[in-house]
Amino acid sequence: MTPIIESQKLTKRFGEVRALDGLDLVAESGRVTALLGPNGAGKTTFVSAVATLLRPDGGELRVAGIDVCAEPNRVRQIIGLAGQYASVEPAMTGTENLQLVARLFGLDRRAARAAAADVLERLGLADAGDRLVRDYSGGMRRRLDLGASLVGRPRLLLLDEPTTGLDPRGRIELWDAIRGLVADGTDVLLTTQYLEEADQLARQVVIIDHGRVIAAGTPDELRDRAGRNVIEVRPRSVGDLPAVEDALARIGGESPHTDTDTQRVSAGVERGADQLRNIVRLLDERGIDADDVALRRPSLDEVFLAVTGHPLEPTHPAPT
Amino acid sequence: MTATTTTTTTTTGAGFVTAALQSAKRTILQFFRTPQLLMLGTIQGALFLFMFRYIFGGAISRGEGIDYVDFLVPGFLVTQILFLGMSAATGVAENAATGVHDRMRSLPITRSSVMFGRSIADAALTLWGIFVAGLLAFIVGFRLHADVAEVALALVLLAVATYSFMWVFIAIGLTSKSAQAANGTATLLIIPLAFVSAAFVPAASLPGWMQPVAANQPLTIFSNALRSLTLGGAETVGLGHSTAYWVVLSLVWSAGILLVFSTIAISRFARRR
Repeated sequence: MTPIIESQKLTKRFGEVRALDGLDLVAESGRVTALLGPNGAGKTTFVSAVATLLRPDGGELRVAGIDVCAEPNRVRQIIGLAGQYASVEPAMTGTENLQLVARLFGLDRRAARAAAADVLERLGLADAGDRLVRDYSGGMRRRLDLGASLVGRPRLLLLDEPTTGLDPRGRIELWDAIRGLVADGTDVLLTTQYLEEADQLARQVVIIDHGRVIAAGTPDELRDRAGRNVIEVRPRSVGDLPAVEDALARIGGESPHTDTDTQRVSAGVERGADQLRNIVRLLDERGIDADDVALRRPSLDEVFLAVTGHPLEPTHPAPT
Repeated sequence: MTATTTTTTTTTGAGFVTAALQSAKRTILQFFRTPQLLMLGTIQGALFLFMFRYIFGGAISRGEGIDYVDFLVPGFLVTQILFLGMSAATGVAENAATGVHDRMRSLPITRSSVMFGRSIADAALTLWGIFVAGLLAFIVGFRLHADVAEVALALVLLAVATYSFMWVFIAIGLTSKSAQAANGTATLLIIPLAFVSAAFVPAASLPGWMQPVAANQPLTIFSNALRSLTLGGAETVGLGHSTAYWVVLSLVWSAGILLVFSTIAISRFARRR
């Protein structure tokens, strides 16, 4: 099956800035692909290029085999865009907003009405359909915006940082909605700054920085590349700290390190889950009571650091 | 999830007219359902007319033996094209900044249709405000000295002038970096256009150095045309040249403004950076 997105050596410059610097990416059909990277990495630029809003300077870009530069209008027929802002009109109802976009997609009045109702239903907004968007919560507004990109039954959905500014509940609701889409057969490309979001939603994660792909793989593969999981133990009694350090060293932890402020000992380990089981058993054998034993998987910072050699944010403190 | 069909349909996109109408619909609904916009857009013209008529009416020199209110109203209504119409610039800039335009551009529709729809809606809303002010004009003493044909022509001229100017504001909105910047630019434009003109006072009463500018700018032309049509002819109002002259010149100006600024606006909207 043709990949839904194929990008080869894509370049784009804005004056001095190289927003895209030879980006090679293949997004397979039938899954969610997440583009992960810090601000300025080129995520929005790439999405804009795929959405035919931007003309790349060089390289090739295809959506479902169609050349984006040569036949933008054909691409527009099969994509749906939900940008960083929820661009729905507050002075119109949810239904009116969706009907408007549906009409613009070429559906006649009746089909547009049906499509709008259908999408509202799928996104759990059927009850709010006749209320003005002005009265929606932030999460509802985002979901409606997602709906606006769906109403034309696109093959490819482009979501640019879809959960920006949402509270945790709103974020989860949106994630659920997105998961439902994939189940229904829509391909999704989403951009995010959060590894957790990529982890929750995507099967394929592509890390980009400075306009280039740095690494790609499933979330677990990327985490493994970052190598170190970290086991942290907080013993109940301060006096046990040295003993815990010793125990961690025993199970193969790398350079166990005690933080006397937080009373935790941490050590990098090779295989996380196995070592966790081992340390729990060892602490038990030695009669050391622990308040907290945790396996911390690498954060985005650590994955990024491992993969790019520099921290995610210039001002970001070193990974704990 | 409901068992909706999983086949994705390839839609070909709305035609030009449908797309324009949908775009217009959005603008119009926004106006009538947003209290500040509705209030300001409806009342502003009438309010200023009231003030100009009564506060300045006594002090501003009368033009050539006609009542000031009769002199004022046609010119005033022309200036409202600017004062009411400038909100189009802000609205367009706002849409650009909040991703509305991005979505429109990612849809399989003709680029220009979006802006055409917008221009029609903005013109309609501006004319709405002018209409309300026009009603008030009669209440505060304005009287027509014209036959039906002349009045009809005056209305058509007003509509044409309004429509052309909308493109100026749309172009400003599309080329500004923010809604505030658009507002600022539009204001800078309309103040000299409105005041260094024969809209409020006879051109002859302006300082010597303003005269050349005032005499040749579109607002003076439109005002003179509208005055000639509603008050009984260009000679009655003390203008050199015939009524027909002013009307034709107004149409020429409108066409020019329309062509230039619609080209700027559409190419700006349609461009793929």
